[in-house]
Amino acid sequence: MMRSLKIGYSTLVYAFLYVPIFVLIVYSFNASKFGTSWQGFTFKWYQSLLDNSSLMTAAGNSVLVATLSATCATIIGSLAAVAFYRYTFRGKKVIMSLVYILMMAPDIVMGISLLILFITIHMEPGFITLLLSHITFNIPFVAVTVMSRMKGFDKNLFDAAGDLGATEFQTVRHVLFPMMLPAVAAGWLLAFTLSMDDVIISFFVTGPDFEILPLRIYSMVRLGVKPEVNALCTVMFTLSLVIVMISQILNRERK
Amino acid sequence: MTEKNRFKTFSVTLISVWLILLVLVPTLMVIAVSFMTSNTPGEISPVFTLSNYKAIRDPLFLQVLADSFEMAFITTALCLLVGYPFAYNLSKYKGKFKSLLLVLIIIPFWTSSLIRTYAIIIIIKTNGVLNNILMAVGIIDEPLRLMYTETAVLVGMVYSLLPFMILPLYAVLEKLDGKLIEAAKDLGAGRMRTFWHVVIPLSMPGVIAGSMLVFLPTLCLFYISDVLGGAKSLLIGNFIRNQFLLTRNWPMGAAASMILTVLMFIVIYIYYRSTKKTGREAI
Repeated sequence: MMRSLKIGYSTLVYAFLYVPIFVLIVYSFNASKFGTSWQGFTFKWYQSLLDNSSLMTAAGNSVLVATLSATCATIIGSLAAVAFYRYTFRGKKVIMSLVYILMMAPDIVMGISLLILFITIHMEPGFITLLLSHITFNIPFVAVTVMSRMKGFDKNLFDAAGDLGATEFQTVRHVLFPMMLPAVAAGWLLAFTLSMDDVIISFFVTGPDFEILPLRIYSMVRLGVKPEVNALCTVMFTLSLVIVMISQILNRERK
Repeated sequence: MTEKNRFKTFSVTLISVWLILLVLVPTLMVIAVSFMTSNTPGEISPVFTLSNYKAIRDPLFLQVLADSFEMAFITTALCLLVGYPFAYNLSKYKGKFKSLLLVLIIIPFWTSSLIRTYAIIIIIKTNGVLNNILMAVGIIDEPLRLMYTETAVLVGMVYSLLPFMILPLYAVLEKLDGKLIEAAKDLGAGRMRTFWHVVIPLSMPGVIAGSMLVFLPTLCLFYISDVLGGAKSLLIGNFIRNQFLLTRNWPMGAAASMILTVLMFIVIYIYYRSTKKTGREAI
């Protein structure tokens, strides 16, 4: 009795989380333009996405910003993680706290603070401002992902490398880096996803000349349900699904 | 300079300079702007004033504040109520589907909450799935008008943020020392007593972490209240956005966002205290 109650409850929660997404996916293949009745299977909504050139430009822009910002954030965030792990320096506590606070900071506060910064230094909102902002909000997520993996490392290995004559850079490059690589890759994937999905910060720091996908979806969603939006959301959901799977595989390697 | 120092200096400088230029300086600018004057929309004059903070006492803004906190509080309570038993069950489950069940909670975490909000529209709109099912079964005769109500916003918030409550709860409950529960049972405590006096107190850091991951975003996710609540629903996030992009009274928007920042620090402090108390590491 107790057992079936537990299973029933958990199933309900999973249903709550997945039924809406599932319905969305099913409707993206529904031939009916209006209404909710099923009128046959079609790919035409996906075709009309491909034919929509401004949407494709927005998608390309998003992928570009996500790739570049994830890569830069991964470099900076991983180097920061190495610095926090290996060195003591003045202001270490302050910088580390800033990293954690940044992760918690409400998106909207970050969005307006960056907007004020860019306006003050006369930077036109667009690609560069968007990229700088995305790198900034991605850094803490990469740094924290990498640091959490470093907790399990055996510090003796680095001393051993030093004793064997490796320079600091060689130790980091040939001993520490291979050990942290799966976490670095997981951090990149997380940063890529966060960048692809961000609405709030991008809303403030991009201009009309550089349109990105989440903001485009936002303006489409405000106008109501449309089969093209269903198709677009299905594509985006599938992309996150693939990324989660890869990051899970990277994670599993740890054990 | 030795080789070690060069690498160290490079990595320390990189992160420090980045955070100072793109986090610290902009934050100080928000604080400065919140004390400035805006006479006409879109214009800021560097004249010191406290009027933006005084204007926060305006009944209209107090209403926004009250509505936001009410929404955030109810969302957090609902997520906790739904998430706690779920996370507890999941942490106890040791079967072969464990990793699949966990991944199913992680996936929404990685999915755009805008897309998930849109999925909610499909379900609750007037000629949506929910109304069609309820009418087909005969529970209701007329479609429920759920869109553009407070309830719709609440459903959207809970739907978007529930995984953020479940994961920290699960992380804490999973690591819970089974021996302590055994000990409580050996000492004669019943199931309920063990749960209330051992499991709940030990999982407090998870409860607080989950609550802060739900409470703060609820105040800020302006697109959820926009899309599901329409013009009726105005949360702090919507208010700040409007001050920046519609009314163009930046100092007022900056002052309102300072409230959010202060709130964040209070919440972080509470969390920090709770992890210290139970001697647990932050997750």
